[in-house]
Amino acid sequence: MMKQGGPTAMKSRTLVRHGKEGMKNIGRNGWMSFASISAVTIMLLVVGVFLLLIMNMNHFMSSVEEDVEVRVYIDVTASDQEQEELEEELKQLENVDSVTYLSKDEGLDQLINSLGDNSEAFESLRDENPLNDAFILQATSPQLTENVAEQAQELPNIERVDFGEQVVEQLFNVTNILRIIGVVLVLGLMFTAMFLISNTIKLTIVARQKEIQIMKLVGAANGFIRWPFFIEGLLLGVAGSVIPIAVMTGGYHYLYDAYADRLSLNFAEMLPVFPLTLQVSLVLLGIGILVGIWGSITSVRKFLKV
Amino acid sequence: MIEMNNVTKTYKNGVNALNNIDILIEKGEFVYVVGPSGAGKSTFIKMIYREEKPSDGSITIHGTDLTTLKEKHVPHLRRKIGVVFQDFKLLPRLSVFENVAFALEVIEESRDVIRKRVMEVLDIVKLKNKARFLPDELSGGEQQRVSIARAIVNYPRVVIADEPTGNLDPDTSWEIMEILENINRNGTTILMATHNREIVNAIKKRVIAIEAGRIVRDETRGTYGYEK
Repeated sequence: MMKQGGPTAMKSRTLVRHGKEGMKNIGRNGWMSFASISAVTIMLLVVGVFLLLIMNMNHFMSSVEEDVEVRVYIDVTASDQEQEELEEELKQLENVDSVTYLSKDEGLDQLINSLGDNSEAFESLRDENPLNDAFILQATSPQLTENVAEQAQELPNIERVDFGEQVVEQLFNVTNILRIIGVVLVLGLMFTAMFLISNTIKLTIVARQKEIQIMKLVGAANGFIRWPFFIEGLLLGVAGSVIPIAVMTGGYHYLYDAYADRLSLNFAEMLPVFPLTLQVSLVLLGIGILVGIWGSITSVRKFLKV
Repeated sequence: MIEMNNVTKTYKNGVNALNNIDILIEKGEFVYVVGPSGAGKSTFIKMIYREEKPSDGSITIHGTDLTTLKEKHVPHLRRKIGVVFQDFKLLPRLSVFENVAFALEVIEESRDVIRKRVMEVLDIVKLKNKARFLPDELSGGEQQRVSIARAIVNYPRVVIADEPTGNLDPDTSWEIMEILENINRNGTTILMATHNREIVNAIKKRVIAIEAGRIVRDETRGTYGYEK
C-alpha cells in the first residue's frame, strides 16, 4: 500500500512546501488577507479586554466571597447550656464548613476597627454593648451562604441571622452580565472573522483550481491538498493575534502601574501583570489559531469534495 | 484489466449519460472510444478514474471495485491511472520539468526518484532538451507531450486520453499517436476518446462506439465509422 499523506506521515520537506504555499496564498489575495487579519485582530482585542475585566472581577469576587459569612446572633435569654446545644446544632447543619464563637465584646472590637477614623463615636458603647454574642458560620461554598442562613433561622434561641446577601447577589449579577455580554460579542466577532477567513481561502482555492484538479488527477491524497489552506488559515489567525496580544499586555501593564496602588486602598485589588497577561496572551493566540483553522476547514471541505 | 458490468449513469439533473454498459478491456490493449459529442464518451472515461460514480452496475479496475472504493483510497487508484486531456492542463508558472515532477511531488516521492523518473519520461516524449522551458514557450504538440509525460511518470497501468489530438494539427497528431503507441508497446493499457477519423482508420485498433449512452459497436480492428 502506498503511503497516506496524513500529518503523521509527512516529511519535513513536504511541510516546508505546504508552509511556502500557504504564505504564497496570503500574498496572492493581499486585501482579503488583510481584511481577515483585521477581523481577527478586532475580535481578539475585544476578547482580550473582556478576559482581563472578567478575570479581575472574578479575583475581586472571590476575595469578597471569602468574607461572606453568616452571623447567628444568640438570644440574650439563652442559657450557657442552650448556647452549647445551639453550637452543636449549627455544626450539624448541611453545607456548614466552620462554626466560630464571637463574643459581643469581640464583635464590637471588629466593628470599631472596621470603621477606622469614624470609630471614636462608638468607643462610648463599650460600657453598654448593644450587640449580642454570635456564632459565625462559614458555608462550604459562597453560593451556599444563603442556604446556610435559612437553615440557621429555624433553630431556637436565636435573635436574628445576618449575611451579606445584597453584596453577594449584586456581585454575582454584575459578573454574570459581563460574562454574557462578553460571550455574545466574542461569538459574533468570531463568526465574522471565521467568515472572512473562510472567504479569503475560498479565493485562493479558486485561483488554484487547476492546480488542485491536477493534484487530484495524479493521486495526491486529500490531506496533502488541504495542508496549504490549513496553514494559510492558521497563519491568518496567528497574524491577527499579534496586535491584540501586544496591546493587551502593554495596556494592562500601564493600567496596573497607574492604578494598582490606588485601587488596593479600596479593598479591590488588581491581579498582578504576571502571569495574567501571559495566560490571556496564550488564550488569544489559541482563539486566533482556532478561528483560522476553523475558517479554512469550512471552506476547503466544500471545494475539494469530488 | 478494466471491467464494466451493467453500468448505468444518470446525472442528478436527470440526464441519462450511460445505459447498461458491459465491457471488458484486457491489460495492454489499445482502445479507441468514438461517437458523436454528447454520446457519453466523457462520462465513460470519467468513470474509469472515478471522477464519476455509476448510478448502477459495477466497475472493476485491476481488481479494485470502484463502486465500493472508499473516498480516501481514490488517490491510490488515480496513481495507477494516467490521464491526458485535450487542453493539456499544464501549470503555466512551472517549467516543463516542474510540471512533470509535480505529479510525483504531490505523492511525496523522494527528490532523487523524481529527478530520475522525470528525465526518463521526458526522454520518451523527446523533450529532454526543453526541460527548463515554460509551457507558453512550447508548441501545442510539445505541450501535449509534456502532459503525456506527466501522465506516465507514475508508471501507470492505464493511460486515459480524452481527445488528445483535439487541439492539434494533423502532423502533430501523428507524433502524439506515435508516443502513445510506444507507451502501449511497453504493456500499458490505453483508452483514447477521439473524433479523429484519419487516425482511427489508419492505426487499426479496437474501436468501441458509444451512441446515446449505449455501446453500439465493439470491433477488434475497427474503423471510425460515421462516414459522411
